[in-house]
Amino acid sequence: MAMAARRGATANRGQLVGILRGFSSSSSVVDSWQKNKEGIAGGKPLNLFSAINQALHIALETDSRAYVFGEDVSFGGVFRCTTGLVERFGRKRVFNTPLCEQGIAGFAVGLAAMGNRAIAEIQFADYIYPAFDQIVNEAAKFRYRSGNEFNCGGITIRTPYGAVGHGGHYHSQSPEAFFCHVPGLKVVIPRSPSEAKGLLLACIRDPNPVIFFEPKWLYRLAVEEVPDHDYMLPLSQAEVMREGTDITLVGWGAQLLVMEQACEIAEKEGISCELIDLKTLIPWDKEAVEVSVNKTGRLLVSHEAPVTGGFGAEIAASVVENCFLRLEAPVARVCGLDTPFPLVYEPFYLPTKNKIVDAIKATVNY
Amino acid sequence: MAMLSRLASRSSHLGRTLLLPRSLCCSTGGRHFASSAGDEGPTFTVETSVPFVGHRCEPPSREVETTAKELMGFFRDMSLMRRMEIAADALYKAKLIRGFCHLYDGQEAVAVGMEAAITRKDAIITAYRDHCIFLSRGGNLVETFAELMGRRAGCSNGKGGSMHFYKKEGGFFGGHGIVGAQVPLGCGLAFAQKYLREETVTFAMYGDGAANQGQLFEALNISALWDLPAILICENNHYGMGTAEWRAAKSPAYYKRGDYVPGLKVDGMDAFAVKQACKFAKEHALKNGPIILEMDTYRYHGHSMSDPGSTYRTRDEISNVRQERDPIERVRKLILLHDLASVAELKDIEKEIRKEVDNAIAEAKESPLPDPSELFTDIFVKGCGTEVYGVERKENKILI
Repeated sequence: MAMAARRGATANRGQLVGILRGFSSSSSVVDSWQKNKEGIAGGKPLNLFSAINQALHIALETDSRAYVFGEDVSFGGVFRCTTGLVERFGRKRVFNTPLCEQGIAGFAVGLAAMGNRAIAEIQFADYIYPAFDQIVNEAAKFRYRSGNEFNCGGITIRTPYGAVGHGGHYHSQSPEAFFCHVPGLKVVIPRSPSEAKGLLLACIRDPNPVIFFEPKWLYRLAVEEVPDHDYMLPLSQAEVMREGTDITLVGWGAQLLVMEQACEIAEKEGISCELIDLKTLIPWDKEAVEVSVNKTGRLLVSHEAPVTGGFGAEIAASVVENCFLRLEAPVARVCGLDTPFPLVYEPFYLPTKNKIVDAIKATVNY
Repeated sequence: MAMLSRLASRSSHLGRTLLLPRSLCCSTGGRHFASSAGDEGPTFTVETSVPFVGHRCEPPSREVETTAKELMGFFRDMSLMRRMEIAADALYKAKLIRGFCHLYDGQEAVAVGMEAAITRKDAIITAYRDHCIFLSRGGNLVETFAELMGRRAGCSNGKGGSMHFYKKEGGFFGGHGIVGAQVPLGCGLAFAQKYLREETVTFAMYGDGAANQGQLFEALNISALWDLPAILICENNHYGMGTAEWRAAKSPAYYKRGDYVPGLKVDGMDAFAVKQACKFAKEHALKNGPIILEMDTYRYHGHSMSDPGSTYRTRDEISNVRQERDPIERVRKLILLHDLASVAELKDIEKEIRKEVDNAIAEAKESPLPDPSELFTDIFVKGCGTEVYGVERKENKILI
């Protein structure tokens, strides 16, 4: 699957205005902000891991109490997202941890509870489960259970997720649904390099615990113009990537590129598709999705994670609750199959563009 | 077996009785033990390279009894493992093996020495660097290569791949992706063995990276509390992927990390040291509960085929280990020292092994990919009546 370079600066990019000032102390950042007031248009072509790398550099530069740690991050990390950080900021701010996810998450919660920005990396989302208790029972509930006396809002967990073509059971999982079920957490998933940089900076600076899932397939493959200044994109704000009138499609991360291709095919058959990038899964932009569904009357959700209990189920239930009378057809979900993520069967398991096109047609012709 | 008789005729001029190298596998599939048709050959004593270091226990002696047959068997088995891993490297680069592939070359002595000390009723469980342990537990080459290539003839029917080899009859419980998770599992196996009263033990293997996982210590505590016959083997190859042991562990003396659980530090590149330690550990575990064995070993390849293995260590270090401590070379020297075979004969064995491996690869390549319906098998026990959507959205319902 060749994911071609996405051209930056689409019409809908005007949504981005979330650049906040006041946090940066470095004058060079402010200067470049002044120069690039247009928002996130322009910049150099960068791939996903470079964009994320830039965001991390900026995060550490602008906040002296920000720390990056995880397994093997010192030499640049297995996906090169952390290159150059230790050389620039030193071993006290960028460091390797032993192989213990539970320890990493717990340690991050503690660090954040003292007012620091703990940017922890879990090497693959498939390995996040030992940390599940710390994330769900500690990070998510810290503020609530202490009546706001304490909080660990400074925690951001970054982790690569999703299919990569040959990852098999333990290098391809999409566990976002597990975390969407936990009040107190935010879950954010970018679709492209320029989005990732802005969203990651927003996540790091957001005063709540956030899990940032990075689509690993796009680390090298997605190339886009990314402005090199400090900018943030708003959380809990979905983006309409493509306007249409017949059916609303909702997705996130790498799956959006597959959905885009499906929309192109459907377009040729006269079906006008509206494609929405949710970006933040919780708390998600219900309003944007409802506005769209009220316009089109049909909804299709697509994600790589298995269909049963996936986050698509939540979106479907919510939309049915709020847009019942407007709906012309049942909500369609084109997702991974209910099996462990397979090895050789990956192409069968994944929600491919053909499956999405089939579902679009079935929904429109209901 | 054609190759064995060729060997016999070559060594006959030395006026020696037939030496039957213990053969682990044959290329036509099916497990195969070389029967001890001939005698074991002369017995002698070998000294381990370094003494053992004990923690809360008296270390065993450095003198290890062995036979010519065993020594030749070590050579053959380790050479086969080495050859297999190198062939897997080539297959991976040719994109016949996909996914993640973690190679064991350099660490063969651990697999081979351990097997020499135990029976097939003892259980072994390890993480994902499992190709050679699978072989030593009775797996054959065709099953191995087929599984690596994701084919039907593979030991897990092509559904597991490199990281998920299993062999029930061989007492090999796999093949696990999440490091550290296999250790509590192994202690659970030991728990079951205790109930069965068959005087068997479990070897739960993990690496220096996984040694820092919390669940390891939970498992150790429970095993010690309940006196389980669990032997924890830390294969310390000094790098947890890209992180050196001294950067990951406050105390890289992994054999001491059990605290109240005794431990032994072993030269993992010396098959005889491994054998002695495992024998000692089995006796200990059956009487006194858990023990940790730290195998000081080294992997020549990177962590996996996606890792060049040179960004966090120098090439000099790798070649030094190859020169000074290579397990196969050590055994070769012993064989030559004791006059069990000539240099040429050993080279012949290696040539046969090469051919065996090539034949197995060719046979494995013939095997087809699993049928698409296999995507839905083995999720639950068959016949649980649940409906699952097939490949075609909502049109192909499958009952699993």
